[in-house]
Amino acid sequence: MAETAALTAGERRSALRLRVATERRFPGGLAVIASLDVALAPGSMLVLFGPSGAGKTTILRQIAGLERPDAGTIGFGADVWCDTARQLWQPPQFRRIGVVFQEPTLFPHLTVRDNIRYGVRSGSDRGRTGVGIGSDPVAEIETMLGIGDLGHRYPRALSGGEAQRVALARALAPDPRLLLLDEPFASLDAPTRLRLRREVRALLQTLGAPAILVTHDRSEALAIGDTVAVVIGGRVRQVGPVSDVFSRPADAEIAAALGIEAVLPARVVGSSGGVIEVAVGDVILHAAEREPIAPGSSVYACLRAEDVTLETRSAGQVSTRNHLVARVVSIASEGPIERVSLDCGFALDALITRRSREELALAPGATVTAAIKATSVHLVPRF
Amino acid sequence: MDWTALWLSARLASATTLVLIAIGVPLAYWVVFSRARWKFLVEAVVALPLVLPPTVLGFYVLIAIGPLSPIGRAYARIAGHGLPFTFQGLLIASVLYSMPFAVQPFAAEFASVDRRLLEASWSLGVSRLGTFRRVVIPLSVRGLVTGIVLSFAHTLGEFGVVLMVGGNLPGVTRTVSISIYDSVQSLDYAAASQTSLLLLIVSFVILACTYSLQRSVWLKPRH
Repeated sequence: MAETAALTAGERRSALRLRVATERRFPGGLAVIASLDVALAPGSMLVLFGPSGAGKTTILRQIAGLERPDAGTIGFGADVWCDTARQLWQPPQFRRIGVVFQEPTLFPHLTVRDNIRYGVRSGSDRGRTGVGIGSDPVAEIETMLGIGDLGHRYPRALSGGEAQRVALARALAPDPRLLLLDEPFASLDAPTRLRLRREVRALLQTLGAPAILVTHDRSEALAIGDTVAVVIGGRVRQVGPVSDVFSRPADAEIAAALGIEAVLPARVVGSSGGVIEVAVGDVILHAAEREPIAPGSSVYACLRAEDVTLETRSAGQVSTRNHLVARVVSIASEGPIERVSLDCGFALDALITRRSREELALAPGATVTAAIKATSVHLVPRF
Repeated sequence: MDWTALWLSARLASATTLVLIAIGVPLAYWVVFSRARWKFLVEAVVALPLVLPPTVLGFYVLIAIGPLSPIGRAYARIAGHGLPFTFQGLLIASVLYSMPFAVQPFAAEFASVDRRLLEASWSLGVSRLGTFRRVVIPLSVRGLVTGIVLSFAHTLGEFGVVLMVGGNLPGVTRTVSISIYDSVQSLDYAAASQTSLLLLIVSFVILACTYSLQRSVWLKPRH
């Protein structure tokens, strides 16, 4: 028993490797072929991102053990959860995972308290393995989620946000090694969704468990993802750190699924008069203040290539807030549109017409000014 | 009023119901959750008494438990007497006869439990059997009550099967419905009407209670 606890503590400090190589064919020709090999650091979040029907949920359910692949292997840490060639299959009961579904799926005949403690075995070593948590870890989780005084209510008396918090607490209470979230915020109203995202992020970091989140919501992926796996048409198409994948999609199809935008890690340095100043490396960008963000916060600054204007000489006083000196790295033709790749302290693309390119006489190596309106700079706060 | 027959019917109905709970719950669980391909055959066999004339069922039970069958001979060797025309023989027949009235409501209710609740339970580390006990059973109270009441009431009113398997021995196999038949045969209409009325009232009260119980919210809280 002591050995198990020590092992768990060891696992908690290091990243756990998740390997998925599975194949599942559905009647009608649809197939989900998943291939993933990622290290999940404690408290980190892997996002399975893609359009609806791409197969994200199928992959998540296979990791949970709720769905069997037709062929393939799934491994987590030192465990083999599935290996069809060796007829190996670990049912969900033995995987020590927590699952939160889109709907709260609370047990309607049990109180909130009994729901949360449903998976906690009496006499379990939850208290000892819960690193960084007090003597009653379940109560701590309840407090962190603000559901401490709902204990005697029944699920039918809860609001959507409360119910999903209880479902989250229930999944975390047995001290899972991996938390699986299947669009858990999708059915909530926007303010609740934002608040719960932040809380989940904080909880994971306190508890030290990694999580996998299925979502088709781009701002959600940006806000709480560390690593993203893009799933399109039943295949995992690209895996990597969120800002890398969003800024440098591997091909046009992925780019279309992600939304064509540069995603730049940035830090808020100040704000005044409805304009927020963020630093992207050494470059300062001005963004319209849509919501107050405290100075010092980490954000992603998102820029669309079609919102970037190129100038060769100053046009005098204009309303555009951002004027960045940039060097043209390359120019690629996309039909009547030309994609100009720039280096302005960070990599940035601009989409302009061929005629503009000819009039400006742009060529690789030329120096231009990239102008971007503050309203075109979208900030996504990071939790 | 034939109190002996009434008491016998009550005993038979209670015993049948208890046996059906013991057999019917696991059977219904299997029917709902098994992935066996030949499951439909079991379902069909369970439902047979709904369409089969009681005399046909009674006939086969009589043969099966009689001195010519291995089961009947084995029982006679152990118990010292045969099964036909005994309470035990009657119980076997009643259990088979009322089987669909227990298994079908049980199974329907088990199947109506939201599958996502089962998945939530499994992912929380609770075994399939534990999930059945802690989630499926508590959420199936209505179906369980319905099955139990229907088994009881159906056994109380059975006639053809009893006549075939039990015969008409006072205090042993003469149930209340046989007693009413006998009264009518001997033109004792007063006794027949008294017993009939009592049976009618008892059956009505049981069913009325069941349906009122099913209406109440506490049996199955919904969100």
